[in-house]
Amino acid sequence: MIKRAFAYPYIIWMVIFIVVPLILVGYYAITVTDFYGYTTFSMANFRRFFTEQVMGNRVFVSVATRSLRLALQSTLLCFAIGYPVAYIMTRKEYSEKSVLIFLLLAPMWMNFLVRTYAWLTILERNGLINNVLMRLMNRDTPVIDILYTDAAVLLGMVYNFLPFMILPIYTSLKKMDPRLIEAAQDLGAGGFNTFLRVVFPLSIPGVVSGITMVFMPGAATFVISNLLGGRQFFLLGNVVESSFIQQGDWHFGSAVAVLMMLMMVASMVVLSFFDKGENQGRSAMI
Amino acid sequence: MNRFVDLVNVSMTYGKQLVLDHIDLYINRNEFLTLLGPSGCGKTTTLRIIGGFEAPSTGDVLLDGTSILHQPPHKRPLNTVFQRYALFPHLDVAGNIAFGLKIKGASGAVVKKKVAEMLELVNLQGFEKRHVLSLSGGQQQRVAIARALANEPQLLLLDEPLGALDLQLRKEMQVELKNMQRELGITFVFVTHDQDEALTMSDTIAVMNEGRILQIGKPEDIYNEPKNAFVARFIGESNIMDGTMRSDYRVDFAWGSFDCVDKGFADNEPVDIVIRPEDVVITAPEAAQIRGMVSSVIFKGVHYEMRVQTYDFIWKIHSTIQSRVGESVGLTIAPELIHVMKKSAYSPTIEKLAIDINHPYARQRAGGLMYPESLQQ
Repeated sequence: MIKRAFAYPYIIWMVIFIVVPLILVGYYAITVTDFYGYTTFSMANFRRFFTEQVMGNRVFVSVATRSLRLALQSTLLCFAIGYPVAYIMTRKEYSEKSVLIFLLLAPMWMNFLVRTYAWLTILERNGLINNVLMRLMNRDTPVIDILYTDAAVLLGMVYNFLPFMILPIYTSLKKMDPRLIEAAQDLGAGGFNTFLRVVFPLSIPGVVSGITMVFMPGAATFVISNLLGGRQFFLLGNVVESSFIQQGDWHFGSAVAVLMMLMMVASMVVLSFFDKGENQGRSAMI
Repeated sequence: MNRFVDLVNVSMTYGKQLVLDHIDLYINRNEFLTLLGPSGCGKTTTLRIIGGFEAPSTGDVLLDGTSILHQPPHKRPLNTVFQRYALFPHLDVAGNIAFGLKIKGASGAVVKKKVAEMLELVNLQGFEKRHVLSLSGGQQQRVAIARALANEPQLLLLDEPLGALDLQLRKEMQVELKNMQRELGITFVFVTHDQDEALTMSDTIAVMNEGRILQIGKPEDIYNEPKNAFVARFIGESNIMDGTMRSDYRVDFAWGSFDCVDKGFADNEPVDIVIRPEDVVITAPEAAQIRGMVSSVIFKGVHYEMRVQTYDFIWKIHSTIQSRVGESVGLTIAPELIHVMKKSAYSPTIEKLAIDINHPYARQRAGGLMYPESLQQ
C-alpha cells in the first residue's frame, strides 16, 4: 500500500501532462471550428490531409511520404554506420573504448540547436567545406550546394540520431557471452560465419531498439528540417508546428499529430514482432 | 605411433604471471585423460591452448606429430564442451546440434539424420524443437555434448562440463561420458577439480598445481603412490607427516621406526610420509608402535570415520570396526602401505602443529596418558 502511495505523484503528473493533452489532441482532431466560433464534430481535418491539392499535387500526402522516406533513409544510414562502430567499440581494449564512448557522447552535451546550427555554417555556399574545397580546387564557385535540400536534412538527422543507434547495439554486443563466439569457432565457423550465425542474431534486440530510437524522432523532427531544409512544408513535424504556431489551426495540427501517432504505433508493432523471436532467448540468458 | 596430442615445453604468461610453467604432456589415441587440479592451476588454460583459444607464450602443440599452433580454432579437428555449456540461445536444440554440420555445408537430410542420431546418443529423443534455455542443466549439458560430437571430432575437450550439475546427475553423467568415450573411440581431455570425478572416469590423470604437472599416471597409481604431499592431499584423504629415512626399507616417523618398501633415499634424509585412512589397522595399544586415543567417531555408512589423537598428530582413520571415543588404541600399518615421498614445497607444515604440546588439553589427552616416560621429556 505504501508503495502504491509513492506512485500517486507520478500518476497525477501523467494524467495532467500526458493523458489530458492526448484527449485534447484527439478532441481537436475530430472537430472543426467555423467562422462564427461554433465547434462541430467532423472528419474534415483528416479529409483535408489526404485530399488537399496545391497545383495538382496532394501536398500533405507527399510531405508524409517524404517524411517517411527521410526517416527510413536516416535509420538505414545510422544502422550502416552505427553497427560497425558499435562492433569496433566492443573489440577494443577498455581504455580505448572509454575514449570512443566519450567522443560519441561529447557532442550530445551541446545543445541540439547549436549542434544543428553548426552544420549551417559548415554547409553554406560560403561555408567551411566550400571554402576549403574552393581553395584546394582553385575554383571561385561553390563546389557542393546541398544546404536546404533533402541531403542536408538527412545529414542532420544521421548526425543527431547516430548515438541512439550505436548505444543500444553496443550494449547488446557487450552483453554477449564471449564463450558463444568461441563455441561457434570451435564448431568450425570462421569470422564471417560466426558473425552471421551468432553475433548478429544475438544483437538483434539492440538493433531493434536502435531503429526505434532513430526512426521515431526522425519521422517527427521539425527543427532539423527547419534549419537545414529551409522554412518549407518539409516534413510532418513542420506541418504540425506551423498549423499550431503560424496558422493557429489547432484542429488540423492535431489531426496530423494523431496520424503520426498511429504511424508510430504501427511501426512499433512491426518492430516488436522482429524483437520477440530473439527476446525469448535474451531475457532468459540474463 | 600411439601419441595423438603432444604439448612440448608449453609455457603461458599473462603479464607477469606465469600460468603454465614449461609443460610437457602427451595424450594417446583413445585415451581419457583428466587434467586435475585446484582452480587457477592452469588446467583450463592448457585445454584452451589445445583448443586454439589461447596461444602459448612458448612451446608447441602437436597433433599426430604436426604442429597445429598456426591453426585457428575453427580449423582444428577437435571440439569442445564448454563450462556452463555455451549453447546458442537463439537456436533450438536441433539448431545447436546442427550448427557445425551446417557450416560444413551438409545437406538437410544428412543434418536431420545426424541430429536424431546425436539426440539418441545423449538420450534426448524428440527434443529437436525445444528451446535450449527451457532445458534443465543436465539436458543442456547433453545438448552441449551432442553439439560437439555431431562433428565427429577425433579429440573432444571437456572443460569442467559437470561442474554445474547436482551430485546425483553428475555421477550418472560420469558413467555415461565414460561409456560414450569407449563406444565412440574418441580421445577425451577432461578438466576438473573434482578428484572423485577424475578417479571414476580417467584412463590417465595429470595432477596440476601452479602451472606444473606434478604427477601423471593411472588413477590407481596416483592414488596409491602419490609423488608428493600435494598430490596425496588432493587425491583422497590422507595422513601426511614428517619422517626420516634411516636406511633403505627403514623409516622413522610418529616416534617409531618402521619397515617399508621404499629405497633410494640418502641415509637419514628427511621425508614426507603418507598413509591413507583406510590403510591404518586399529589394534590393542600394546601390540602397536603408535598409540593414541580415539577423539571422535562418525558413522559414514560403509565405514566409521575416526580421529585418533597421538602425541603430536591427529590421525584420520577409516575402519569398519567401531571404537569408542576415549578408548586407547594402537595403530598398525603394513610396510607396503607406508608411502615415503621426497620433501617438496608441499610438505606438511600445518599438520605438524596439530597439537601444541604445551597446551594443557593436549598434555592431558595425549602426552600424559599414552606415552612411555622416555618420550615425555
